[in-house]
Amino acid sequence: MATATEQTTWLQSWLDAFTELQESAPAPAWLKKLRDAAFARFCDKGFPTTRDEDWRFTNVAPVARTAFRAAAPAKLAPADLRKYSPEGAKIQLVFVNGRFAPDLSSVGNLPKGVTVAGLREQTAQHPETVEKHLGRYADQERDAFVALNTAFIGDGAYVHVARGVVVEQPIFLLYLSTQESAPAMTHPRNLIVAEDQSQVSIVEDYVSVGGESTVLSNAVTELIAGESTTAHHYLIEREHLKAFNFSTLRIQQGRSANIASHSLLLGGGLVRNNVHPVLAGEGGECLINGLFLGTGRQHLDNYMHVEHASPHCGSRQFYNGILDAQSHGVFHGRIVVHKIAQKTDAKQTNRNLLLSDDAQIDTKPQLEIYADDVKCTHGATIGQIEENALFYLRSRGLNEAEARKLLLMAFAEECVERMHEGAARDHVEKLIRESLRFMEAHPHQAAGAVTERNWTETD
Amino acid sequence: MNLLEIRNLHVTVGGQEILKGIDLTVNAGEVHSIMGPNGSGKSTLAQVLARRDAYQVTEGSITFDGKDLLEMKPEEAACEGVFLAFQYPVEIPGIGNTYFLRSALNAQRKHRGQDEMDAMDFLPLFREKLRLLEMDDKLMNRSLNEGFSGGEKKRNEILQMAMLEPRLCVLDETDSGLDIDALRIVANGVNSLRNPERAMIVVTHYQRLLNYIVPDFVHVLVDGRIVRSGGKELALELEEKGYGWTEKEAPQPVGVRS
Repeated sequence: MATATEQTTWLQSWLDAFTELQESAPAPAWLKKLRDAAFARFCDKGFPTTRDEDWRFTNVAPVARTAFRAAAPAKLAPADLRKYSPEGAKIQLVFVNGRFAPDLSSVGNLPKGVTVAGLREQTAQHPETVEKHLGRYADQERDAFVALNTAFIGDGAYVHVARGVVVEQPIFLLYLSTQESAPAMTHPRNLIVAEDQSQVSIVEDYVSVGGESTVLSNAVTELIAGESTTAHHYLIEREHLKAFNFSTLRIQQGRSANIASHSLLLGGGLVRNNVHPVLAGEGGECLINGLFLGTGRQHLDNYMHVEHASPHCGSRQFYNGILDAQSHGVFHGRIVVHKIAQKTDAKQTNRNLLLSDDAQIDTKPQLEIYADDVKCTHGATIGQIEENALFYLRSRGLNEAEARKLLLMAFAEECVERMHEGAARDHVEKLIRESLRFMEAHPHQAAGAVTERNWTETD
Repeated sequence: MNLLEIRNLHVTVGGQEILKGIDLTVNAGEVHSIMGPNGSGKSTLAQVLARRDAYQVTEGSITFDGKDLLEMKPEEAACEGVFLAFQYPVEIPGIGNTYFLRSALNAQRKHRGQDEMDAMDFLPLFREKLRLLEMDDKLMNRSLNEGFSGGEKKRNEILQMAMLEPRLCVLDETDSGLDIDALRIVANGVNSLRNPERAMIVVTHYQRLLNYIVPDFVHVLVDGRIVRSGGKELALELEEKGYGWTEKEAPQPVGVRS
């Protein structure tokens, strides 16, 4: 048990960081109130432990015992960006060490009725647009990391799509962290509001620049989708293997809204991916799709919390994991069907491939059903590359490495096929190919021997 | 010349001896049929030729075109020209038929020091073979064998064989589960590949296939040994008298004698 002194020391560094933020980034009264309440909540609750059911398989002690400071401002040239930017990106906001970098960003020709801006800038210029939604949905009571993000709300993306407007081009959000000499943190906060009958795609992409250092990215995205709105959200984590990456996507769906969340965990040392859609209007559909590829000693945790809060809604969860070396994957699929949510149709599938004896997966469905006329199914599989399939491919002349890569790509492709065709999917597919090439080139990589991945390797 | 030379081959699977001393010589241009009851070791022999490593060779040798086949990995045997048409072709979702076949063909061409074949050269050849096997072009845009009927899978095996042009074709019960129309199509595809440079080993349980693919030699495999060899008329005799007849005339297994 922690002594009172240890407890104080632990809090002191967060208090110092919080005080520093209050002084350096003054906020309007409503935002200050939101931050203060969240910080109080965080201090009160502290970091979760593995005794907490939601965190049973993920130990956040390495984060809790590190004294982080806000990442220092850094300057990057457009040329530095080239190797990370997706091909064909027309709309892209770039954030360097948690700060919006307008000079590196480009919004192209946005359709009328669309706002794409930095959150801090938007808060300063049009506070009412932000105040209306910010912090209303993400659950800081339950989740200490959401509380922490809210306390440290700095910058992020603000996207507003007016009623009936279709944004054809995906909006790419690129978060770069540079190498730091001391543990550094960022708390990206994104607010996406898509009004009734609109359509938008958002790609959050987390990247490390330069060598490895201890960095924490703790992001929260609130995505509010109106009636009959279609939205696709992509999360890409491809930081170096020393990075801590926590992210929460909170989706609020209106009537007949059709939303997809696609997660792709490739990088990061300790990663927690929370996806929390609330189907709050009748007839809503939600696809929760993901792929996680672990190697080295990566720990990749996917925590799904799908809330059916209205009748006649459907949700589909599909997560595929490929784990090599000593990596550890987690899939926690919680489905809550409220009493009112009759005729719910919820499905959950988690499939895993373990490529080494030391790789590990914990997969856990958790169904809480309070309505009496619903259909909920779940299933999980854990296996290895099928020897039969491997032999079949080799018997036609493909060498073992090629045959394995082909089989892994086919397994990953199941997730890619659920994404809409276009620049976002092409980007994701390219990253998966590079990642699998890396895994096959460094099979069963021993812990610590994995260094920075070069994401720009091409055929 | 001898394309394939099997000498005193003993093979165990999971600790159990399945092949107990096989001798077989196959020359280029010849078609050999291996017949035998279930469990006699026919499929084991086919899989060993394709170099499946679950099958452990405890004794004997296999020489293919003067090279030690037992030293080869499955992909090396394939590149040297050994092709196994599987009894149960594997379904692999997510890998496109066409993409796979072109990758395999190019892997083999690379091994032989030939240039890779681009889509422009590949597709006309591919379409020609599709017509030969009376296959629907649409199947080729699907995943490898996924959702194919039994007959479609077997035709796809022969299609791959026709594209890869191996020197030794091993057909493992390619006739099983086929109706007479599919059987004719498959046999027609196989016969079109017969030529003086290429040899075939046709493994089958029934004589029916041999009406369409007429072998030069027939060997009867019982309990891991070839108990009888002869011309194509042997197959007819077997059909008439059943495998029991050969077993009675077979030399007693060593284990029983002692």
